[in-house]
Amino acid sequence: MNLKRREFIRLGGITVAGSMVIPSLITSCKGIPVSDTAAGYMDHFEVTPEQLQKVLSTALERGADYADLYFEHTVSNATSLQDKKVNSAYSDITFGVGIRVLKGDQTGFAYAENTSMDSMLRAARTAASIAESNSSWTAPAFLELMPRTLYNVGSSWEDVVIKDKIPFITSLNDKIFAGDKRVTKVNISLSDSTSYILFCNSEGIVSWDYRPLTYMMARTVMEENGRIENAMVSESFRKGFEFLSDDLVERLAGDAISKTSRLFLADKPKAGEMEVVMAAGSSGILLHEAMGHSFEADFNRKNTSIFSDKMGKKIAEDFVTVVDDGTLPGDRGALNIDDEGVATEKTVLVGNGVLTSYIHDRISAKFYNVKPTGNGRRQDFRNVPIPRMRSTYMENGPHKHDEIIASVRKGIYVEDFSNGQVNIGPGDFTFFVKFGYVIENGKLTKPIKDINIIGNGPQALADITMVADNMKIDYGTWTCGKDGQGVPVSMGLPTVKIKKLTVGGVNA
Amino acid sequence: MTTSEKYEIADLVIKHALKCGADEVAVAISDSASSQIEIREQKIDKLQESISNGLSLTLYVQKKYSSHSTNHLKKADLLKFVEGAVAATKYLSEDEFRYLPEADRYYKGGGEDLQTMDNSIAGLDPKQKIELARQAENEIFGSDDRIISITSSYFDSVSSDVFVTSNGFKGESDGSFAGLSASVSVKGATGRPQDYWGEYAIYFNDLIKSGIGKKALERTLKKLDPKKIASGKYPMIVDNLVMGNLLGPFISALYGSSMYQKNSFLTGKADTKVASEKLNITDDPLRPKGFGSRHFDAEGINAEQRAIIENGVLKNYFIGTYYGRKLKLPPTTIGPSNLVFKTGDKDQAGLLQSVKKGVFVTGFNGGNCNGATGDFSYGIEGFLVENGNLIHPVSEMNISGNMNTFWNTLAEVGNDPYRFGSFLTPTMLFDNMDFSGL
Repeated sequence: MNLKRREFIRLGGITVAGSMVIPSLITSCKGIPVSDTAAGYMDHFEVTPEQLQKVLSTALERGADYADLYFEHTVSNATSLQDKKVNSAYSDITFGVGIRVLKGDQTGFAYAENTSMDSMLRAARTAASIAESNSSWTAPAFLELMPRTLYNVGSSWEDVVIKDKIPFITSLNDKIFAGDKRVTKVNISLSDSTSYILFCNSEGIVSWDYRPLTYMMARTVMEENGRIENAMVSESFRKGFEFLSDDLVERLAGDAISKTSRLFLADKPKAGEMEVVMAAGSSGILLHEAMGHSFEADFNRKNTSIFSDKMGKKIAEDFVTVVDDGTLPGDRGALNIDDEGVATEKTVLVGNGVLTSYIHDRISAKFYNVKPTGNGRRQDFRNVPIPRMRSTYMENGPHKHDEIIASVRKGIYVEDFSNGQVNIGPGDFTFFVKFGYVIENGKLTKPIKDINIIGNGPQALADITMVADNMKIDYGTWTCGKDGQGVPVSMGLPTVKIKKLTVGGVNA
Repeated sequence: MTTSEKYEIADLVIKHALKCGADEVAVAISDSASSQIEIREQKIDKLQESISNGLSLTLYVQKKYSSHSTNHLKKADLLKFVEGAVAATKYLSEDEFRYLPEADRYYKGGGEDLQTMDNSIAGLDPKQKIELARQAENEIFGSDDRIISITSSYFDSVSSDVFVTSNGFKGESDGSFAGLSASVSVKGATGRPQDYWGEYAIYFNDLIKSGIGKKALERTLKKLDPKKIASGKYPMIVDNLVMGNLLGPFISALYGSSMYQKNSFLTGKADTKVASEKLNITDDPLRPKGFGSRHFDAEGINAEQRAIIENGVLKNYFIGTYYGRKLKLPPTTIGPSNLVFKTGDKDQAGLLQSVKKGVFVTGFNGGNCNGATGDFSYGIEGFLVENGNLIHPVSEMNISGNMNTFWNTLAEVGNDPYRFGSFLTPTMLFDNMDFSGL
């Protein structure tokens, strides 16, 4: 049981708690629609403002400084195809309220899986015990913060029955089989979830959010002369049923064919240190692992990050600007409010090469005396919020893609990834390359696959010598893990050159 | 919830699903209680208590299959949930292989107590737990000026489950564990190395409660100022604490589902040599106090001891009911319980002693394995070893290889099985691993 803190990110479907499908038939516990007001959400969870204040006041009865309540009701569905048939489905309901109490940077936490006063008060008393005195708290009047809407749901997943989803799944399967005669197996999963969130705290803030999240994923197997290759493709968004379209199916089928068939030509490269060019798009994994996690302020507050003493310092070339953005409409990493009721924003982490902001939750923002950045996130009501990324990307730079490739005498070009990880203290980060090319004398030559790349965060950031003008957000199903909690994220990058990383492979 | 309350809900759900049109049903209900205390700078940093319930439901309706889960167990909502689930299942395609296991394969009860549950954990005084975590930090607090941060923690958990099927299975299982750990960061010339030490046990009285902070600090200080070494082929010794990372893909390849999905490099290798003859693995579900011990698996199938690898020869796969039917292979069990290794004579120091120049791997950093081909590549950290001595820490390096050939390079197995999990991996020595570094 290795409980060592580990950071990683990987394609969803594996990490998404169960993935399944069903019931559009299964809807809210009261029969929706929920009206888009605080009162509507309170009705949904069967609580009143007076009850919320009673629970908050119980949470503060031992003298803590702050308490918040996070109500969640999530309905998830997954529908899967195997052997050319949509023949399994899964659904899940998650319902409860997390109660958190803060005394300085100390946290007390407990939760209840129903919203009866008995259960909520019991959880509040447990969380309250982080503080050890007596005090009384006067409830401020609730101030309702109406969220923006970044999700723009056309038709809600709860109004869609399973039989309306099936044709898109079978169509994707047929198109992949039709695309290449070497295809021997296709597995497809379509997942959708809808979360109702109600948040309130002892400062009197009440907010709420309606969060859709969906992905479609296909794993394609091809066989040729006894050799087997497989590749995974997916797209994920915060969208409603309009996510499914003929265009989506065409795009995924085309990607599935090209990403699987090109692997027959690929091999492992030679091992060692070399120049690495990161393709535009999912290469954003570089930012997520090499710097993003290390900028999370909980690590810096505890002085355990390699970037702990670098605030305000020049850590990269002038043309390097890295942001973490919670406001991209419909994006997998977008949130109207974070899980501490704070409106999200576009946060500049590195501006023209200078470290300008960490990634904050309430605790760390208070510690550093800055405004929270809307990065306090949690996997669900059973977990405490901690600083997490949303959509992390690099802004465009002054170079051209072709110019970058042409500048490399001996190196590799990488464009498809499955997972990555970082050790915060030493700053060593890795990402696993599913596909790329060797670069020889300014030209892409032999295809490569299945190798790990390792580097050191501050060094790699300083070693970014060229940045192109073709920034692309990747729409893959990325799930970021930290302290055992998974949250959806996205990432992006223009084509970038790094002077030196260590590439796995063979030794002559 | 009491066990009889769980059975009552399970019966209610099964009856209702059958009434709504299901042909067969399986229901699992679990509840758990856990607590966690973290200490930092001699203060409680986090105190967390969790009590949760969950129900999972598997439905077979007109040869159609679906599964569902919920933690919302209010009776009226639960019945509505079941109705919706049965109705939605009818829209799926038929799958002739989806039906419950044959009832004669189920566990029939009457097995020995496997000692997986310490009932005293639920009644422990929170003050005692806080004191244990404090003590782990106090062992080293202020003892070395290179220390940047120490987080120590105590955690425990108890859970109990019932599983009922409409064709006659009824069984219950339970489990507990307690753990105490410390993680330490220190300041070095080039980075802030971190490491940790943790002790875990099913019974609170078996938990080793002292020396944890000291061991964590000692492990961390050893990692100060690592260097890369030149790329090349070196012998590799893998610490028993992390050997499970390399074993994982090999075990995944033994699953019926992996073979059926063409995602197993071990497909069709039954009774052939897939590893060095030093590799002997037994799946042993009935070990007392084993972290993976059980009388029946997730499908209710009676647990039996099985040879998995014998002198390097593949003897058994993990075949569950559904993929067994599809692959036309006799079912075994849906997944491993405790994996027990035949150990060698030498301890870790003895294995290191036998290496002239090699790398002692003590941690992995990312990487992956392609299940279909067995190609793997992982980031590593550890130590350069020369003639049994640890010369300096190494980091920021990768290893790469293929699982099919890799296991044939297993040269020696240590006598030190991992104590804290269901894969009881000893330290292992491999010849000739491809390392990439300078």
